[in-house]
Amino acid sequence: MPIVEIENLTKDFAVGFWKKRPVRALDRLNLQVNEGETFGFLGPNGAGKSTTIKLLMSLLRPTSGAARILGKPVSSTAMHQEIGYLPENPYFYDYLTPVELLTYAGKLFGLDGDELRKRTKSLIDDVGLGHAANRQLRKFSKGMVQRVGLAQALINEPKIVFLDEPMSGLDPLGRMDVRRIILSLKARGVTVFFSSHILPDVEAICDRVAILNKGQLQEAGKLADILKVGVTGHEIIVAGGGGDVTDELRGICEEVHLMDDRLHLRVKDKERMERALRFVFDRKLGLISVNPIRPSLEEHFQSMVSAAPDGARPAAAEARN
Amino acid sequence: MHRILAIAGNTFRETVRDKILYNLILFALVMIFSALALGQLSLGNDNKVIVDLGLGAISIFGTMIAIFIGIGLVYKEIEKRTVYALLAKPVRRSELVVGKYLGLVFTLLVNLAVMTVGLELALWYTGGADPMSYLRVLAVVALTFLSLCLVTALALFFSTFSTPALSALFTLFLWIIGHFGNDLRNFGELTKSEAMQWLCRILYYVIPNFSNFQILDWRYVLQPSSENTWTIPYAQTVDPGMVAGVVFYCIVYVALALSLGIAIFRSRDFK
Ligand SMILES: Nc1ncnc2c1ncn2[C@@H]1O[C@H](COP(=O)(O)OP(=O)(O)OP(=O)(O)O)[C@@H](O)[C@H]1O
Ligand SMILES: [Mg+2]
Repeated sequence: MPIVEIENLTKDFAVGFWKKRPVRALDRLNLQVNEGETFGFLGPNGAGKSTTIKLLMSLLRPTSGAARILGKPVSSTAMHQEIGYLPENPYFYDYLTPVELLTYAGKLFGLDGDELRKRTKSLIDDVGLGHAANRQLRKFSKGMVQRVGLAQALINEPKIVFLDEPMSGLDPLGRMDVRRIILSLKARGVTVFFSSHILPDVEAICDRVAILNKGQLQEAGKLADILKVGVTGHEIIVAGGGGDVTDELRGICEEVHLMDDRLHLRVKDKERMERALRFVFDRKLGLISVNPIRPSLEEHFQSMVSAAPDGARPAAAEARN
Repeated sequence: MHRILAIAGNTFRETVRDKILYNLILFALVMIFSALALGQLSLGNDNKVIVDLGLGAISIFGTMIAIFIGIGLVYKEIEKRTVYALLAKPVRRSELVVGKYLGLVFTLLVNLAVMTVGLELALWYTGGADPMSYLRVLAVVALTFLSLCLVTALALFFSTFSTPALSALFTLFLWIIGHFGNDLRNFGELTKSEAMQWLCRILYYVIPNFSNFQILDWRYVLQPSSENTWTIPYAQTVDPGMVAGVVFYCIVYVALALSLGIAIFRSRDFK
């Protein structure tokens, strides 16, 4: 069942000081997110990701088109009871401590008393801020604010969360924390819609992704489907070798590299793979792994974005600033 | 309603932790003490110095707090982008504006209460004031508080669409010419030109009339009263109808300013 339905969503911004002209930030976006999915929203800088999320949060009014969350129009206040949102580069009241901020956020959802205290504490621990729970946010680093932001987005135990670049500004441990939190949300059946530039993370946790470029949707679908297309061969890793073995394998495989006592073999087709494997078994070499070679999301993303036609929207876009 | 209260509570906390507030209060204290020291030099009549200074300080500093914190309330929320996370919660934009307003009004109430207690204590300490004087001080402060509610609403209204500097300018401007509301009407009646008359009449109704809040003249606060009534000999009487009128005027004006502010705030894109 679609939990987010986006139909022909379009947003123009007026830019220019004297003569305002519209610049299309988002162009007739159609997209659906299903319940329970972890959905990655990708695209280069300025693609329109944040614009889309702000439209969904009803912070921006669409120029045309519409979007629904949980079956209700995005302007419905009641629907917001069920969702969470982490803004891009978030900023919160710097005179509050994490405990105060989460308590305030909880009250806006009608929470109170022990329940609110319990959730506040467990969320602060979850995002790894237990040691700074009562320190004013003005003394926080960027990554710490980002963590508080994630915590406040979850205070109402939302059915769906929208995270705009949740990993930005985080150290490697912080990124792992966010990955863990997203996975645990997913395990609880929470739908997660997040934008990100960190493709390995996206690849590791997403069910489906959409790629946006210059305000237009390039592609949307299951990660496996998107990447499957491009299996270009297999990589076989073997222990030992050297000398004549290497030479003989060179006759079978397209590529042979010796690295740290291991042979990395690359074969393009199935027939060569079988020959190579038989050779490995006959010579009693230690087989370590066989993996399909396919483009990473990163490579796919690069080819997608660079292949996109230019001038998808008024060139005035660059005039901003 | 619980959301408005939560927002008001947070706004109160924000203002209490705001440096501006402390600067203003410190400034007020320095002013009062230096003036009191000067007052010691003048002959007798300590109470008059105390009342004039005290009520003056309450009015001026109350107005400064209302304007300088009021103009930042909504603006800061947008400028610092805290509004994103807030409005993505089940919070109506109108609730945000009203909550912010009530929060600052509460800050003002607490401030005025503290300053008034100080003033009454000073009055009591020097002694010799008519018992009714204490109540009259309270009445003047209550009217000042009403006028501050209006100033806050104006500051908040401007801050929904303009920068703090401009909002401060607009609010201060209205506050100043608002004290000449009655003069404006009188001038309109005297002038010959029909157009001028209309202009004055329109301005009279559009500009908040702050002279309405001065129905109690400070000069009479210390006058001995007869028969323990509000009546002050040779001076003025406080008519309950008039007070009710001022309260009503204040409520209507605040409601209008906030509604307009909400309408503007609603139409905004937060980019
Ligand atoms: N307030 C604004 N006024 C004018 N144009 C804007 C405004 N905000 C965004 N845009 C334009 O809209 C387009 C999309 O911006 P958006 O912030 O949605 O990109 P994004 O995909 O989130 O990029 P990033 O990865 O850098 O966060 C950009 O071309 C940007 O220039
Ligand atoms: Mg963005």
